[in-house]
Amino acid sequence: MSSPASITPSSDQMRQMGWSVLATLAFFLIWELACMGLHVSNLVLPRPSEVAQVLVAKFPLLLPHATQTLYTTLVGFVAGVAGGIVIGALVGCSKLAYDVAYPLLVGFSCIPKVAVVPIFVVWFGSGTVPAILTSAVISVFPVVVNVATGLASTEPELEDVFKVLGASKWDLLMNVGLPRTLPYLFASMKIAVTLSFVGTVLSETVAANKGIGNVMMIASGNFDVPLVFAGLFLLAIMGVVLYALFALVEMRLTGWSQRKTEWAMA
Amino acid sequence: MNPVLIQLSDVRLQYGNGTVALDNTNLSLAQGDFVSLVGPSGCGKSTILKLVAGLLKPSSGVVMVGAREVSPAGQNRSKGQGMRVGLAFQNPTMLPWLSVIDNIMVPLKIVSPFREHYRTKKHHEYQDKAEDLLAQVGLKGFAQKKPWQLSGGMLQRASLCRALIHEPQILLLDEPFGALDQFTREELWSILQSLWLTNQPTVLLVTHDLRESAYLANRICVMTSRPGRILEDRTVHFPRPRSIEMSYAAPFSELIQELRATISHAKVEELIP
Repeated sequence: MSSPASITPSSDQMRQMGWSVLATLAFFLIWELACMGLHVSNLVLPRPSEVAQVLVAKFPLLLPHATQTLYTTLVGFVAGVAGGIVIGALVGCSKLAYDVAYPLLVGFSCIPKVAVVPIFVVWFGSGTVPAILTSAVISVFPVVVNVATGLASTEPELEDVFKVLGASKWDLLMNVGLPRTLPYLFASMKIAVTLSFVGTVLSETVAANKGIGNVMMIASGNFDVPLVFAGLFLLAIMGVVLYALFALVEMRLTGWSQRKTEWAMA
Repeated sequence: MNPVLIQLSDVRLQYGNGTVALDNTNLSLAQGDFVSLVGPSGCGKSTILKLVAGLLKPSSGVVMVGAREVSPAGQNRSKGQGMRVGLAFQNPTMLPWLSVIDNIMVPLKIVSPFREHYRTKKHHEYQDKAEDLLAQVGLKGFAQKKPWQLSGGMLQRASLCRALIHEPQILLLDEPFGALDQFTREELWSILQSLWLTNQPTVLLVTHDLRESAYLANRICVMTSRPGRILEDRTVHFPRPRSIEMSYAAPFSELIQELRATISHAKVEELIP
């Protein structure tokens, strides 16, 4: 059971990472070759190398839009997660609240988020505010559901042990509920951060004059398909980086719940 | 005879769905006594334990613990009145994100008068206390391990430590050794016996293992089911400390045979009313 403590990834993990990089490269290579071989017009599907060229050439122009998108996404995400934790804690703290609120939550989360953008525009005008709100609304549900589930699924026997000790609801929440919910919370945050981008871009394509979504909208209007793809690439890169960031934090804080990984043994 | 510490008088417990878990139950435990509840599963053994713990309220009748009627759990206890109670189940229910020693120290974080000093004492006095207990149950050197690095038997030892760390006057055990192999179980019996001999808490042990109850308890209460009630109350006179060898000797086997007969007789009566 006692393996030597190490921070460096194991050879297994290195191999896995190597394969991941290889698979990604292969994906772009096949794309590139397929476009060349089948003579696909760059109005339909530009080659990755073309997209990369555009990305580099227009980077100064794209940068303020990217920061705008990143900014609205993060603000919306933080608001969504904060709201999600509060609502999730309220829903998850009692069986009754959980049963009563669950159908309502499912109903809300089923609403296509595109449909709420026009409402936000009516309420707050176009621009940053509806983008932030859309990003928040879209990221709130996975957090609510996961936090509530994490809290509601505490083992009754564990609760009994605490109750017999005379623990208050607050003691139980701080010592059992919250730590137990952390893995659920981080799992949902990884989903929520990618959804947040969807929300922001959605809103930007409908009602904004700044942001990657707006750039892609205008570019597609001008049939500048390589630029559209450059925007897509930027979104993918930002999404992956944020996802990885949360995965890293998750591993640091909730390694106990992932006992099979080498990291947890350290 | 020590004063009575736990008293159930004419207790009836009916669950919401109409099932009568307990009817007409009377049981009293003297301070420092070690009483074992045995019987077939579903006979209300655990229900009695939960009533004493204050996790359930009787439908009628009175449950007294110390000088007070048991209040629903989570009330008043932390104010320093009432008894300190330790609880251990078949499932060790450790918190997986804490090390073994931190798990054991959890009650000190919650129970008065320990919680008031938790911040100042946790690194010295409380830690020493926890390590002493761990050594007593044979877990020396495992303090910093995470629960999932321990075997089932080790976890159950840790669970016993957690139930005892806050020096409870009452120790409630619900089939704590039920999921363990024979050897580990017998080893833990003798550990529990010596822990009980040192501190003399009042113990209520729920089990379906007749040898276990004969080895550990001063009194064995045989229960029958539907509705649960206490059929027989036997005093066990074997001298202490008892050894595992004794539990294989003739007087022991006779006692176990008699208990078995009582239970199977009750079962037959239940089937043919």
